[in-house]
Amino acid sequence: MADITAGKEAEDRVAVASNWKLVWWRFRRHHLAMASGVLLIFMYLIVLAPDFFSTQNPERTDARQAFIPVQMVHFFDDGSLSPWVPAIVGKRNPTTLRMEWTTDANKKVPVRFFARGYTWSFFGLFHSDLHLIGPVDPNQRIFLLGSDRLGRDQWSRIMHGTQTSMTVGLVSVALSVILGVVLGGISGYVGGKTDQVIQRLIELLQSVPTIPIWLALSAALPRDWTPTQVFFAITVILSLVGWTTLGREVRGRFLALREEDFVLAARLAGCSRMRIILRHMVPTFTSHIIATSSLAIPVAIINETSLSFLGLGIRPPAISWGVLLQEAQNIQTLALAPWLLIPGLIVIVAVLAFNLVGDGLRDAADPYSH
Amino acid sequence: MPPTPTVIESAVSSNEPLLSVRDLRVSFALDEGLVRAVDGTSFDVMPGQVLGVVGESGCGKSVTMRAILQLVEKPGRITSGTIRFRRRDSNEAVDLAQLPPRGAAMRDIRGAEIALIPQEPMAAFSPVHTVGDQIIEAILLHGHRWQAGGRKLSRGEARDITVGLFRDVGISMPEQRVDAYSWQLSGGLRQRAMIAMALSCKPRLLIADEPTTAIDVTTQAQVLALLRDLQAKYNTAIIFITHDLGVIAQMASYVVVMYLGRIMEEGPVDEIFHAPKHPYTRALLQSIPSLYGQTRVALPVISGALPHPFNRPPGCPFHPRCPDVMERCSAAVPKLEPVAANQLASCFLHHDKAEAE
Amino acid sequence: MTEPLLDVRGLQKFFPIAEGFFQRVTGHVRAVDGVDFTLNEGETLGLVGESGCGKTTASRCILRAIDPTGGQILYRTRDGRTVDLATLPQAELLPLRSEIQMIFQDPFGSLNPRMNLLDNVGEPLLVNGMRNRRERTDRVADLLRLVGLRPEFMHRFPHAFSGGQRQRIGIARALATNPRLVVADEPVSALDVSVQAQVLNLLLELQSRLKLTFLFVAHDLSVVRHISDRVAVMYVGQLVELAPTGEIFAQPQHPYTAALMRAVPAADPRVRRDDGILGGEVPSPAKPPSGCYFHPRCRHATDRCKVEAPALREITPGHFSRCHYAGEKVF
Repeated sequence: MADITAGKEAEDRVAVASNWKLVWWRFRRHHLAMASGVLLIFMYLIVLAPDFFSTQNPERTDARQAFIPVQMVHFFDDGSLSPWVPAIVGKRNPTTLRMEWTTDANKKVPVRFFARGYTWSFFGLFHSDLHLIGPVDPNQRIFLLGSDRLGRDQWSRIMHGTQTSMTVGLVSVALSVILGVVLGGISGYVGGKTDQVIQRLIELLQSVPTIPIWLALSAALPRDWTPTQVFFAITVILSLVGWTTLGREVRGRFLALREEDFVLAARLAGCSRMRIILRHMVPTFTSHIIATSSLAIPVAIINETSLSFLGLGIRPPAISWGVLLQEAQNIQTLALAPWLLIPGLIVIVAVLAFNLVGDGLRDAADPYSH
Repeated sequence: MPPTPTVIESAVSSNEPLLSVRDLRVSFALDEGLVRAVDGTSFDVMPGQVLGVVGESGCGKSVTMRAILQLVEKPGRITSGTIRFRRRDSNEAVDLAQLPPRGAAMRDIRGAEIALIPQEPMAAFSPVHTVGDQIIEAILLHGHRWQAGGRKLSRGEARDITVGLFRDVGISMPEQRVDAYSWQLSGGLRQRAMIAMALSCKPRLLIADEPTTAIDVTTQAQVLALLRDLQAKYNTAIIFITHDLGVIAQMASYVVVMYLGRIMEEGPVDEIFHAPKHPYTRALLQSIPSLYGQTRVALPVISGALPHPFNRPPGCPFHPRCPDVMERCSAAVPKLEPVAANQLASCFLHHDKAEAE
Repeated sequence: MTEPLLDVRGLQKFFPIAEGFFQRVTGHVRAVDGVDFTLNEGETLGLVGESGCGKTTASRCILRAIDPTGGQILYRTRDGRTVDLATLPQAELLPLRSEIQMIFQDPFGSLNPRMNLLDNVGEPLLVNGMRNRRERTDRVADLLRLVGLRPEFMHRFPHAFSGGQRQRIGIARALATNPRLVVADEPVSALDVSVQAQVLNLLLELQSRLKLTFLFVAHDLSVVRHISDRVAVMYVGQLVELAPTGEIFAQPQHPYTAALMRAVPAADPRVRRDDGILGGEVPSPAKPPSGCYFHPRCRHATDRCKVEAPALREITPGHFSRCHYAGEKVF
């Protein structure tokens, strides 16, 4: 058996590798986590420009086009690469007098990638009418994932919902991290009475049942606030409750790190307390915080989805995954239009992806935990 | 009336080695490469002998002992070699390397025939069981060691035996200490309890892996005296692993010096200390400050540093740091061959035989 | 006769024991219970003792890493003033930090794993005003060369180095601000035998080159003997003997010191001692025995030792012992 000696070069490369490099090299080996990471990056691209990925304006209603089924994209037309979707054919049911739609694969509606459609603006910086996919004839309406009871295109609404839900998840966790690190760090490093006070606060927040708190806080939001304001308020509310777990962990780490020799060495060198915390203590567990946060984001997403589903969070006309799921609340709607549950599937995919990435990061950042 | 401990080794032929290791190799398949932790070691342990194994970190002494007990953890495995051990009830030697690590045979041997005193007594005891509980469990498991004829021991009898063992190892107030938790005991008491546990099933071979490294020097003196007494009383063979040359000089009758997974030199303790043949042994002996030498002068050092396990030097593992290196040393690995009446060394200064590659 | 660099008088460090629901203080752990010694410039004082004797706590008090509960630590600064480190306010203590540094025991915990060598060794320089990066890089290169490491290594991270090398890096860091007093807390205990010799040689060389003063805390008598000019032995928080190295090893004047030396296994199989093994256990510093702390284990103990605590007195010039019978009996 030949032994594979890593050799001088590899030794040198590893020697000058900072911790982040080492974490990245270890993370790279988790194929599932890498794939999930790519998926999440793609989803955050949608967050940046949901209009690019939509086919039509998500607000556009048309009562005559309610509950249109999924128009699946087919890529090949008689052997050549020419995407199309089946056309919708409607028939009025004589008994219920309701329009019933089916797809007719013989009537093909051609679609193309990078089609022209309605104009949209990118954060007010520039305008465009380019879309990832759309009908060749811009006046045609296609429903890639069907339509809801008001005739709104599900696909476009999901794209916009993605923007809201993923942003809420990210921002609320970011706020929690700041609160958790600052308060947990002070608690752990300073100790004494400050520590006691902060710890009791954490325990108080953790022992209060969350749903009634959300109910109360959401109900306290003024009814006349714009959807955007409600959006930010929900984000802040979620982070005010979510920081406690991280705060405790950070405190624990600080307590342990305080006794480390290199922290004492920094003190003996004359470092100020702030410098010790920021330069010496926090960097040693930043990778751990990131790993923990990526596992906290799916929790925040589910929280927001649940709140909005119950009507307590983000409200229409703002769009989030929870708002979309509201449409799927009763059995009759579901029987008629099962595709309205697809946002639920998206939630599952996003949560799974975050969990896989978080697990991979945690294993990469702290390989001795298992 | 608790069963009394009997002399473990009766008049079985003491010219035959109790344990015979030949050409043992253990490798670890890590992501970054293959690490040959033990690279061809061979030694014998005679009944009732104290064998000292000395070496620095990375020399493979602990891994060798774990291999003997088939406790090598993945990704490590024994890749070749034999470990012939003469079992109590037969005159046949069994090759431990061939036994399945989790099989019944190996479990019988562990504890009842070969016992381990690990380095960290804190780590060896469970924090949620009393020290007595763990020893009683071991005694009941190997009940046949205390009670011939197949009758099972009762828990009360096992407890009595444990109290007796504690008394033997010099633990004061043994009745109360049996019910103590390991973290309630001081370092010295813990180590004694550890020794009691190791001896609880009257093993013929005791492997002590750095048993005194973590304790103070006065406690160490007590523990070493205890081990000497017990060894004389029960005629247990001991393999004593340490990096402390002073402890080796005081405890061992035969010494094995390891470096990077190979044995550099072995021989009776007096010859090793007063007539070392291998340059590594000589350099090691010179580099330790003693209580009798000159003070505040530079100690002779072994130049260079321990090579990285992935960057093993070709040929003799010590040659990059050897003051007497020759051309041959980087090309071939010297075999362990007799170089004096009772000594063996693997060094081309003294003989010409190389390992076949 | 020049003033000593460090004059420790009656150093005490007690830790309160709080018990019960209301955390009432029921007693004290007398970790350091009256330590007196002086340290002259350029010498090495070995502070030796077993676990729980208080040597580490005493050294941390001297560094003001922890605050002592009593006593004085008189230190002569670079500009000739004498200050009491024990009670000095933080603002005045900070500028003195560059004069007193520490070498740690654990080579794996003493360097910040997230910073490369340049940052680790350069940290004391940066904090003490050397903001110019170029200047720092040059100085760090000099320091690395001083301890026998290649300056190119300064971009590497601690994980790339062995224990012995990391210890050298720690020494480089300790010397960055040109300290006058270096407290070495078991600097070679965690190293392999062959590496110990290298690091000890390095410390000896650096001391003569840079005129350093060392307080060398250790439990290994052979190492302490090799490197110290004078040796102080501690037991349960107290200094029991203090003398020049040659004297203390040739003729110990305290039974504990003698027992300690007898306990060290000789690296010579022809020297086998079975006599005089010290029995018993180290008493808890929370409940030390009455009178002389060592009397329960001492084979020379008399009734006087049980009731009367001996004071540290000078037996012969420069040789101190805390035993009633020092100078009378042979231990």
